[in-house]
Amino acid sequence: MASLSLSNVQKSFGPVKILHDISIGLQDGEFLVLVGPSGCGKSTLMNIIAGLEEPSGGSLTLEGRDITRLPPADRNISMVFQSYALYPNMTVAKNIEFPLQMRKVDKARREERVRSVSKMLQIEHLLERKPRQLSGGQRQRVAIGRALAREPQLYLFDEPLSNLDAQLRVDMRTEIKKLHQRLGATIVYVTHDQIEAMTLATRIAVMKGGVLQQLGTPYEVYNRPANTFVAGFMGSPRMNLVKARVDRAADGLSLTFGQGAGTVVLDLPDDACGGALRGHAGKDVIAGIRAEAVSLATPGMVPGPAQRFLEARVEVIEPTGADTLVLLDLGGSEFTVRLEPDVALAPGQRARFLVDLGKLVCFDVGSETLIA
Amino acid sequence: MADVHPPIALPVKGVDAGAAHVSLGRAALYAALAVAAIVFLLPVYVMVVNSLKPLDEIRNGNLMSLPHDWTIAPWLSAWSTAQIGVQPTGLRPFFINSFLIVVPAVAISTLVGALNGYILTQFKFRGSTVMFAAMLLTVFIPFQIVLIPMAKTLGLLGIAGTIKGLIFVNVVYGIGFTTLFFRNYYAAFPAELVRSARMDGAKFFGVLGRILLPNSTPIIVVTVIWQFTNIWNDFLFGASFSDFSSYPITVALNNLVNSSTGVKEYNVHFAGAFIAALPTLVVYLVSGKYFVRGLMAGSVKG
Repeated sequence: MASLSLSNVQKSFGPVKILHDISIGLQDGEFLVLVGPSGCGKSTLMNIIAGLEEPSGGSLTLEGRDITRLPPADRNISMVFQSYALYPNMTVAKNIEFPLQMRKVDKARREERVRSVSKMLQIEHLLERKPRQLSGGQRQRVAIGRALAREPQLYLFDEPLSNLDAQLRVDMRTEIKKLHQRLGATIVYVTHDQIEAMTLATRIAVMKGGVLQQLGTPYEVYNRPANTFVAGFMGSPRMNLVKARVDRAADGLSLTFGQGAGTVVLDLPDDACGGALRGHAGKDVIAGIRAEAVSLATPGMVPGPAQRFLEARVEVIEPTGADTLVLLDLGGSEFTVRLEPDVALAPGQRARFLVDLGKLVCFDVGSETLIA
Repeated sequence: MADVHPPIALPVKGVDAGAAHVSLGRAALYAALAVAAIVFLLPVYVMVVNSLKPLDEIRNGNLMSLPHDWTIAPWLSAWSTAQIGVQPTGLRPFFINSFLIVVPAVAISTLVGALNGYILTQFKFRGSTVMFAAMLLTVFIPFQIVLIPMAKTLGLLGIAGTIKGLIFVNVVYGIGFTTLFFRNYYAAFPAELVRSARMDGAKFFGVLGRILLPNSTPIIVVTVIWQFTNIWNDFLFGASFSDFSSYPITVALNNLVNSSTGVKEYNVHFAGAFIAALPTLVVYLVSGKYFVRGLMAGSVKG
């Protein structure tokens, strides 16, 4: 186990910049998830950490040791690949043993490691099989077992769950989380699935176009997204991002959605968004409100200090079982809210909703960054 | 290859309409295949029956008839007593020569091809595509063009007219093919396996020996068959670069058949030709299915 630090890592292929100045510091035992849409550079960054690709600039240190120019074998890093990359000519036991064999670990110790790793991952009964005789989930376990066998300082997981079916993916996700809790290992994990990122990470690095958009805990990334990209990428359904005008009102501020007849006004206290919104009075902002920050108002309800009413027309109702997603028309923009499963609404109806302003975030229209 | 007659290859079960058409098509297909089989097998038949007849029967009877007096004397003669050049040695010593040439030449050219394919696909270095193109080009160079430079080279190396010299020639000429085979196979090889092995600590030859080669059976079989048949059947290099002690079987067979003295012993010639062809036949029969499988490998991603 060890701390990892990336400073100003860059990668370009000729004139094309794949990674711009990535700097990430990782404490011992952290679970970092690199997440982003395909082509965002997350896999390239992982390959640079692994030593499979060389950075064009910057440096990497693992537990204080400069590993920037070290070949992959000398870095003391294990990797679990998307395709599992099990050696088809070797049995499961041989696969797990291979990295130890390559490091000339003596036979007794190798056998002991294979035994303990396979016991931990419950693959003892598979040891004599060849990879092609295993199911997807079993292959996944073997690949993890091979990574565990030599007890490296750092584990890399490259989209390890994307080849599994939906149910198995959820189960393996939990297993990986358990494993991290038990081993206290430092892990870097690449995925394009934001739910995987949220559930597994101690910290998330959201990437887009080779640029690190935000590095933070799942809570920070979800509730205080650094920009509209992060806001839209993390969470399902997506965060509602609606353009609104900030105005001074009698006892504070207000947000006005839409123009002309269909406008909807949301009153805000003066210190909304930590007071940073005051400077934007008279200007447009992008308001970000999570679907679950809105609920249906009941008659006679009195809003709390950080709650406000909002009136809007119901467009579409989508029950998902656990809850019901309702699409509203908010001053001409679509707006999704997550309500109780048995909510009594009908399309076309106007209704009053309660907005939790503690969850409101606003973004600058020009730079699309968080106003805070 | 497999989809020459797609409509016929799809048997329709439980549907009456078109059944007659399908069986008619089938019949035509089998008829055509039978004709092709006869055309291909006829020379083999002629060789075998005539190699088992006394010489008189060939002179008097026709080539197609079965032997009246069955005899294996022509085979024994071709193998150990027939006059080749000036000595009555039969084909045996030259058969052995051919093996002494073919086995090391196939082994070396296959291993070098695997090594080249590994380097060309797994390491990106300046000029790798040019280098591969140059190697590919050697495949298209006619044998005749290299004869004189090769003779000069063999002379310089001091291995002209020896078995070693012929091994060298065949290895050099074969590397272009074997590199092409292995490069294409390894280009489609899962890159993550190689990356994983590198992370697990395998070095240059560790990756080749423990990961690539053990998973290369189809292409190794293809390469071995290809090289074996080509080198075994080689006549030009054998005729150009060997002397009496190092003749491969093809040259010896030619000398047997073309000897200008005495009676033309056709039955012995047929037996000799069959002996010369036997090893390649065996190789095809034993590994033919791997050959087809190997040629198809990579064309369809499984």
